[in-house]
Amino acid sequence: MANEAGTVAMGWDPWRIPRLRRGAFAVWRRNVLVWRRLVIPSLLLNFGEPTLYLLGLGFGLGHFIGEMGGMPYITFLASGMIASSAMTTASYEAMYSVYTRMVPQKTYEAILATPLEIEDILAGELLWCATKSLLSGCAILAVAALLGVVQGWQALFVLPVVLLIGLCFAAPALLMTAASPGYEFFNYYFVLIITPMFIMCGVFYPVSTLPAVVQEFVHVLPLTHAVALTRPIVSGQPLTQPLLHTLVLLLYMTVFYYAAVVVIRKRLLN
Amino acid sequence: MIDPVVVAQNLSKTYGAARVVNGVDFSIPRGRCYGFLGPNGAGKTTTLRLMLGLTPKSGGALEAFGLPVHEHASQIRRRVGVVPQADNLDPDFTVAENLRVYASYFALPSAGLDARIDALLEFVALAERRHARTHTLSGGMQRRLTIARALINEPELVVLDEPTTGLDPQARHVIWGRLAELRAAGTTLILTTHYMEEAERLCDELVIMDHGSILSHGSPAQLIAEHVEPEVVEIRGESSIARFDALECRTERMGTSLYCYTHDAAPLLAELHDTHTQFVHRPSGLEDVFLKLTGRELRD
Ligand SMILES: Nc1ncnc2c1ncn2[C@@H]1O[C@H](COP(=O)(O)OP(=O)(O)OP(=O)(O)O)[C@@H](O)[C@H]1O
Ligand SMILES: [Mg+2]
Repeated sequence: MANEAGTVAMGWDPWRIPRLRRGAFAVWRRNVLVWRRLVIPSLLLNFGEPTLYLLGLGFGLGHFIGEMGGMPYITFLASGMIASSAMTTASYEAMYSVYTRMVPQKTYEAILATPLEIEDILAGELLWCATKSLLSGCAILAVAALLGVVQGWQALFVLPVVLLIGLCFAAPALLMTAASPGYEFFNYYFVLIITPMFIMCGVFYPVSTLPAVVQEFVHVLPLTHAVALTRPIVSGQPLTQPLLHTLVLLLYMTVFYYAAVVVIRKRLLN
Repeated sequence: MIDPVVVAQNLSKTYGAARVVNGVDFSIPRGRCYGFLGPNGAGKTTTLRLMLGLTPKSGGALEAFGLPVHEHASQIRRRVGVVPQADNLDPDFTVAENLRVYASYFALPSAGLDARIDALLEFVALAERRHARTHTLSGGMQRRLTIARALINEPELVVLDEPTTGLDPQARHVIWGRLAELRAAGTTLILTTHYMEEAERLCDELVIMDHGSILSHGSPAQLIAEHVEPEVVEIRGESSIARFDALECRTERMGTSLYCYTHDAAPLLAELHDTHTQFVHRPSGLEDVFLKLTGRELRD
């Protein structure tokens, strides 16, 4: 085929479906080993931020607001923030840290000289980003429990959900990284995507208070579905449509992970 | 050739309109050291990346260990060690951790891994620095660590892209010694280099490439015999001699020197002595072949 034209890439298809192989866990483990070195500052960030938010906004605003959505405002806030913090944690890691490993550090170039492939690296990174989300989720839950705003042991079921939220948000951030020419590029993503979701998807107030048109749009966004899972679990209220919310998060993860794999294949194996 | 490790037939690679590798054929025998020489931009690194399945080919056939490379890239890389042109050690880890983490990418069993890491660090003389972070190592140490890392999976084939560029003579000799040991132990080596001395010392066979094509192929001695006269007289500065033809010399000018290639330098030497001209007389080498085949103009 195409020998004469000489432009067709042979024996290589950037669109081929990624497989999950155990090499992904080697990449995940590499990141765990690096994290172990920086465990103190990482945990400080994990615990410090939610403590400030919950104390400052939860108690401060909560004093004026009283109840929201049938629960004390600080519970409302804590149960929403557990989702939004999983989002920001995974997004940061999947952009700044992954870009650092991919471009200046050339870690992926080194890994690609081994049997591992792009899909293994990205699956490992995805899992690692979600692991960091999980760590931040544990921290918020612990702080919230200490402040007495968690309703019972059932709240622990939120942790697997936090892992899923991490996977869901790491994937689109990986796609940004895949296409990014440099760190500045990530500002667009944070200002145009992450911050609007943080403000509009029900972390600070119920989505139902937004104008109807905006609500329709907000219901498509993954953070809305994430909060719809974490809030009832943490506050001990009944879950509504848990399957739908879970599927939406899985869908975001799958589509964007696949897209990121294709784009990075084209970028690194050119 | 019996049992070649890598075979390329009419292999090419294009980037847009640029034919970076232009229909090359080669067959790399097992257990030998095979060199790729060529000016900057000749296509050496691209050829190596093709062999590792790290970039899609645009035409031709390429096999390693009898398997089509692009269909079995992961499987092939399991049996290969790679020393890239620019070091890419993991800055987040120490010397020993770099090897340990790299081993995990090959899913090597942890039994015996410690011993293997110790042996490799001994082999590249880095045992004392095992707990150092990689950015505290000198260039030569980083290069040696990269070589140790390439050997972690006990590869049958080691691919080295300019293994000694930028190193001092001592470091270069250490690496030459290690590569010779590997070859003696039966490992196939493929290397690119800009140092003719390195190629003459290490390579059993080599190709000279330029603009993506192979210009010539053979052992260093064969290439010298085939392409240049056995003796060279290099004349520095201006010389008053104008009758080189009569002395049966082929001359080439490069920079401020004049190179006279000949089968018998005696008559020319006599003349030079008489005119008190500064000169160097030496047997011709790979560098003369290289310059003859690839021209004397600056690249890039
Ligand atoms: N990803 C790429 N996209 C476009 N052109 C490329 C790419 N990689 C290499 N080239 C071009 O291909 C040609 C061959 O590059 P290559 O790196 O293979 O040369 P080389 O022989 O290794 O040179 P050097 O001795 O400088 O390392 C060069 O002209 C280079 O600019
Ligand atoms: Mg090169």
